[in-house]
Amino acid sequence: MTKNVDHEVEVTAITQVADTVKRFRLVPVDGKTLPIFSGGSHAVVTMRGTDAGGAPVLYRNPYSLMSSPNDPSYYEISVLKVLNSRGGSHFMHDRVKVGDRLSLSNPVNLFPVEHLGRKHIFIAGGIGITPFMAMMDGLAAQGGPFELHYGFRSRTHGAYWRDLQDRYGEARVKLYCEGEGQMIDADQLLEHQPLGTNLYICGPGAMIAFFTDKARQAGWPVENIHSEQFLAPPSGKPFLVKLKKSKIEFMVGEHQSILEAIEAHDIDANFLCRGGACGQCETAVCGMDGEIQHNDHYLTDDEKQSGKKIMICVSRFKGGELVLDL
Amino acid sequence: MSIAFKKETFRDDFTFRNSPAAIRRFPFPFAEDSYMYAVNIEPHVSGKTGSVFEHPIDVDEHYVGEMEDRAKVLAEDPLRCQALPHMMPAQWDLLELLMESKAKSYPDVFSLTKDGDKWHWVNKALGIDDKFTFGDTSTLPYEPMEYVTRQSQGDFCILDQRDNNLWMDAGMVTTQADWSLDFDIGMNFMEWHGPVPLAHQLGVFERALKFMLNLQHGHPVRRFNWTMTINPRLDTSPENYHKWGPDRTTVTPENVGEKVHLRVELQSFFRLPRSNAIVFPIRCYLISMQELVTIPKWGRRFHRVLKGLHPDLADYKGLTRYRPTVVEWLSQYDDGAPTSPGWDPE
Repeated sequence: MTKNVDHEVEVTAITQVADTVKRFRLVPVDGKTLPIFSGGSHAVVTMRGTDAGGAPVLYRNPYSLMSSPNDPSYYEISVLKVLNSRGGSHFMHDRVKVGDRLSLSNPVNLFPVEHLGRKHIFIAGGIGITPFMAMMDGLAAQGGPFELHYGFRSRTHGAYWRDLQDRYGEARVKLYCEGEGQMIDADQLLEHQPLGTNLYICGPGAMIAFFTDKARQAGWPVENIHSEQFLAPPSGKPFLVKLKKSKIEFMVGEHQSILEAIEAHDIDANFLCRGGACGQCETAVCGMDGEIQHNDHYLTDDEKQSGKKIMICVSRFKGGELVLDL
Repeated sequence: MSIAFKKETFRDDFTFRNSPAAIRRFPFPFAEDSYMYAVNIEPHVSGKTGSVFEHPIDVDEHYVGEMEDRAKVLAEDPLRCQALPHMMPAQWDLLELLMESKAKSYPDVFSLTKDGDKWHWVNKALGIDDKFTFGDTSTLPYEPMEYVTRQSQGDFCILDQRDNNLWMDAGMVTTQADWSLDFDIGMNFMEWHGPVPLAHQLGVFERALKFMLNLQHGHPVRRFNWTMTINPRLDTSPENYHKWGPDRTTVTPENVGEKVHLRVELQSFFRLPRSNAIVFPIRCYLISMQELVTIPKWGRRFHRVLKGLHPDLADYKGLTRYRPTVVEWLSQYDDGAPTSPGWDPE
C-alpha cells in the first residue's frame, strides 16, 4: 500500500554546510503546509532530470528530515555528496538549483524516539547526524533528557557540530573529531547508564555493528538499542529480470536496483525505506535460473534460503534470469 | 449537505430504527455466500457518494442519539475512557484528525478555524462552540481524546508502536462487541487478540501486525468485522453483560425481525503524525433482520452465511443460542436464487 502520494516542493535555499554536505530548504508549491512528522522520519525525494544524452533520468533517495517537526511550512534535508554515487547525491549537488522543483513522499518514521525511554543517547557518524537533529528539537521542547555523541572526520567535513553545541550546550553535545584523534569511549559510555536509557546509532554499518555489540555485551536489552543505516543499494553485474504479470523483461543495470529498474519502466512497485530494512518491497519469486544475492536486513535466514522471496530495493541476482510475480 | 439527525435510544425502549436511506447505505459485509476470517485490509479511500466510505470519518443520522448514549455509558462507568500518561501527544493527534476530517466532510454541521494554536471548534449537532489552545489540556473541558470522541461515533483505540509491536495504551470504548478496554489496556496486539478462535492458526495476526507496523501517514486502511446483537444496543460490554446477556434467550420466531440485529464494524487505521501511533476507529452499524430483508440479495446471502458459519466462530460471536431460530426465519427470504458477488444492494 505504498503507491506514493507525492508533495510537490520548491527548493528555496541551498547552503553548503560542510565540505561535501549541502542543506536544501523545501517549501510546498501549492501554498499548503507539509505534513507534521515525528523526529527520525525520512521522506523519499524524487529527482527528475535529463542525462548527458538528453534522456530522462529519475532518482529516488530517502533523506532524513532534519527541520523542526512541528513547523509544517518547510522541510530541510542535508545531502552528502557520495564519492561513488549512483547518481542521486551528485544530481542534488550539481544539478539542483534554487527555484527547482522536486517530489517528496509523505514522511515515514522507521527510527522514532522511544517516548517511554527515560534517557536517550544518540550516536551519530558523519551524515548520520541528520535524523537526530529533528529528534533533539522535539525532545528539547518537551524537556526530555538526551546526549549526543557525534563523530566526524574533520572540522570542515562534519556538518552542524558548532550549531549543535551552541544550541544544546557542551554538556549534552560531545564531539569527536577523528582527524584530531578523538574517539568515542564506548565502554565508558555504555557502562553506567540508568535503567530505561535508550541508545540510537546512525552512521556507517561498521559503526552500528560496533556499538550494538558493545551494548549487548554490556547487558543492554535489545529493545533499547535502535539504529538506522542509510544503505544504498549495492552495485553488481547486470542481470535479466522477467515480470510475470506485467509480461515484460529487462536488464537491471550495474548501478541500478531491481526496484529502480522496474520504476524506470513506469511500473509502480511497493516500497517504503528503499534500504532493505522495512519489508514493504518483498516480492515473490516465480522462478530463477541462478542465485539471489540477498542484501537486505529483513528476510529470515530460512526465507533467504528458500529462494521464494526477494527484497527488490537492495537485493541482486547472479545467473540466467529471475522471474518475479509482478 | 445536511443530515436529519434522529432522536432515538439504544437501551430501555430501543427506539433505534434505520431510515430507508440508512438501510441502503448499510455496510453489508459479505461479498459472497460464506464467511471466514481473513486479513481483508484495503486502502481507506473515498468510495461512492452517499456510502459509508465517502468520507474518512462517517457521520450519519444516528449521530446525536449515539453521542447521548455514550454520555450515559461514561456517567455510569468512567473506565470506558482511559489513556496511559505517555499518550498525550497521540491524544492531540487524534483530536486534530477527527476535527479536520469532520469539518472538511460536513461543513454544514462542523467547523474548525485556526489562528496559530488558537482553535475554534463548532459542532452544531450537539450545540458545542469552544475555543481552546491546541496542545494545552487546561483549555479543554476534558483531555483531548475524551473531548473529541464524545463527539464522534464509534469506538477509538490508540495503539502505541514500540518493540516491533502495537500496544493498546489509550481508548474510548462504549460501543464494543463484548470486549473490555479496562481489561485490555496496556496489552499488545497478540495479547488482546488472544481469545479469537482459529485466526491465530491461520497466521492472520502475524501478517496483520507486520502490515500495521509499516502503516504510513496519509495512507489509511480499513476492514470490516461483524457479529449480531439482540435489540439495537450499542453498549454490549463485558461490564454490562448482566444487562444484555439474557436478551439472547428472548428470541422467538415471532420477534426475530424486530429484535435480532446484524452488527457491522467498519474498522479503519490511521498513522498519527506527532506520536507515530496508530488510531483504530471502530465504527458500529446496526440493522434489524426485518430491515435487512428489504434488500432481497442481502436476505438470501445472510441466510446462507449464517447457516454455513463455522461453529467455533458462531460460539465466539455469541450466536449459538439463537442461530437456528434466525436461520429458520431467514430461510423464508432465500429462494435459492444466485446472488451476485460483492455486497451492493443491486
